[in-house]
Amino acid sequence: MYSTKYHKPASIADATAALTAGEDATILAGGQTLLATMKQHLASPSDLVDIRAIDGLSDISADGNVLTIGAAATHTAVASSAVVRDVCPALADLASGIGDPAVRNVGTIGGSVANNDPAADYPAAMLALGATIVTNTREITADDFFEGLFSTALEDGEIITAVKITAPAKAAYAKFPQPASLFALVGVFVADGAGGVRVAVTGAGEDGVFRQGAMESALGANWSAGALDGVAASQDGLMSDMHGAADYRAHLIAVMAKRAVSAA
Amino acid sequence: MSMIHVNTTVNGDEVDFVCDPRETLLDVLRDRLSLTGAKEGCGTGDCGACSVTVDDRLVCSCLMLGAEAEGKSIATIEGMATTEALDPLQVKFIEYAALQCGICTPGILIATRALLAKNPDPTEEEVRYWLAGNLCRCTGYDKIIRAVLDTAKDLRADAGEAR
Repeated sequence: MYSTKYHKPASIADATAALTAGEDATILAGGQTLLATMKQHLASPSDLVDIRAIDGLSDISADGNVLTIGAAATHTAVASSAVVRDVCPALADLASGIGDPAVRNVGTIGGSVANNDPAADYPAAMLALGATIVTNTREITADDFFEGLFSTALEDGEIITAVKITAPAKAAYAKFPQPASLFALVGVFVADGAGGVRVAVTGAGEDGVFRQGAMESALGANWSAGALDGVAASQDGLMSDMHGAADYRAHLIAVMAKRAVSAA
Repeated sequence: MSMIHVNTTVNGDEVDFVCDPRETLLDVLRDRLSLTGAKEGCGTGDCGACSVTVDDRLVCSCLMLGAEAEGKSIATIEGMATTEALDPLQVKFIEYAALQCGICTPGILIATRALLAKNPDPTEEEVRYWLAGNLCRCTGYDKIIRAVLDTAKDLRADAGEAR
């Protein structure tokens, strides 16, 4: 048996202090994954630092064409934000399709990005849009942030405070959900944005979210679903599990990519 | 083990309890407050049997800590009917036989009440998507969906907005 302390700091400084003082302290940003993980004894934190009461951490704002979403903004808040809808409607659409209403009401963008689940929706959007992950100490590009399965560039005690996204010219997300968990069996986010033409795939990669280079080249030359005809996704590095084999996921990547381009 | 003291409101009544920091809101409701209407199905946020609202937002009480209830207003199935009458949704669920074993029913009633509060005129598709997080292994969902749509229609008629 172990014991856990619950903290609800009002400032980043207090949150940092609690994270540093705890032997094995963890940020609680929504808990829709963390609490389930704790029940399975895959995590047994000494301290839970609930960052949702920190002033401004749930704010969503736009400065020109740059959207800033606070780390503690729930999926429901992003899905229903007029600002997000205005600057990057594809992101609002993505948020409206995460899990179910109860999960969307509590889960947060910062929590999802920090967890980097290989089947989560947000990492695909961050990578495709060339987003910037803002922490209490620095800014990290999405390219450098997502390092692998449940692994990110975050240091111990580092807190995501916001994500910043520059409005893309075109973007859309298409997902084939695993029907029980509603996670992405395959999800593809396409964007013509700050990072150029990008195609990011979630749900399929053994190392989590990744970019599909051949599709990016095809769409860079000709942005149309037809441009993806004959551009097959490789099975290399794709997951095979009870929900779908690698060749099935590879097929879904091509189908979802075309749907996303058509919707963008 | 350090326990924490939490002040909250449950179904309109001020309540306080002491719990372990790792205890879920569902555990607190069932084991400390004897409100056993919310059920534990999966414990991982997939089944929706533990649905309650917190400040009018639908949540899985199994994926929230009791500690997070501090200062909030919780609504559970126990607060749905008054001493005089069932909630209109409950009446329709009985009329349509929209339940069999009943394990999922408290969660589905809480979830659909939250939907109708937000959207009094949902389409069938909207009801089905809203209930994506509430699993029922008995009914095949059809009777549930029809009961919800019919309740919504009656409530709109009561509000003088019949179509």
